[in-house]
Amino acid sequence: MDANAAKLIGAGIACLGMGGAGIGVGLIFGNYLSGALRNPAAAGAQFTNALIGAALAEGLGIFSLVVALILLFVK
Amino acid sequence: MVNDPIHQFRIFNLAGPWHIFGQDIAFTNSNLFMGIIVFVIVGFLLLASAKKAIVPGRLQSVGEMWYGLIHNMVENVLGEEGAPFFPLVFTLFSFVFVANMLGMVPYFFTVTSHAIVTITMALFVVGLVVVVGLWKHGLGWFKLFVPSGVPLLILPFISLIEIISFLSRPVSLGLRLFGNMLAGHIVLKVFAGFVVSLTAIGIGGWFGALAPMFMAVALTALEFLVAALQAFVFAILTCVYLNDALHTHH
Repeated sequence: MDANAAKLIGAGIACLGMGGAGIGVGLIFGNYLSGALRNPAAAGAQFTNALIGAALAEGLGIFSLVVALILLFVK
Repeated sequence: MVNDPIHQFRIFNLAGPWHIFGQDIAFTNSNLFMGIIVFVIVGFLLLASAKKAIVPGRLQSVGEMWYGLIHNMVENVLGEEGAPFFPLVFTLFSFVFVANMLGMVPYFFTVTSHAIVTITMALFVVGLVVVVGLWKHGLGWFKLFVPSGVPLLILPFISLIEIISFLSRPVSLGLRLFGNMLAGHIVLKVFAGFVVSLTAIGIGGWFGALAPMFMAVALTALEFLVAALQAFVFAILTCVYLNDALHTHH
């Protein structure tokens, strides 16, 4: 297998990492929603924390996307 | 017109390279946009604070909300001792926010889509954390890596893991912003490319091209959200890391 084909396959495999990021972000917001439905008054104060947690979890998925983009576009 | 998704990130010289102290320094399009960012921030804040009305109008309200958001963030995370760091956090947030937003304008260059820019800012933040921590606590600041209540046998391994996770902070802080901006803009260009290549097929392609076009619209909305959110996350993580320098909880 020549190097370019291996790089393209590697880029495709690297994109599997973003599935974990999707699950993570969904977990955070799902927990936020279930907590907000139980205690709506306290929900507003924690929305900022929910956004921070979601950005941190999504960051890891973005790292795997960066690996895929490096494999695709860096000669 | 070149239409691959990488061409938008190229850096080219606007004013020719000058040989200064053995380095080739030039004024690039990245520098130009950094200057534009500074002018936008300073200009907007000057305009917003021009009429110092007690009951703020719309422009002054936006300026006050911008100031208040960062001031509340610094106060909540860092407490009273964090007040000297407010200008730094305000500068970081404003620069990243305006840089990301300017990148959403078609044909403009996204300054934060280059890792060197974001990792430099992240390295500066973590370097500041180390310097402030050592300045304030002396060598006792290293107690940050020795959590309390850990059995003595595994303490060296825990400390090593803590040090490695601390050293990964500038990488993750810079790479998060860089990855979000790079990936967002590449995806936008890829979908735009789909629209072009579908319309080239013929009249059936014109209707088919509506799908990637609507997707591109949705992605642009998402990119605006991500631009604002990533600036906010960069600022709040700066506050959280500075908290490790000011209050060494062990």
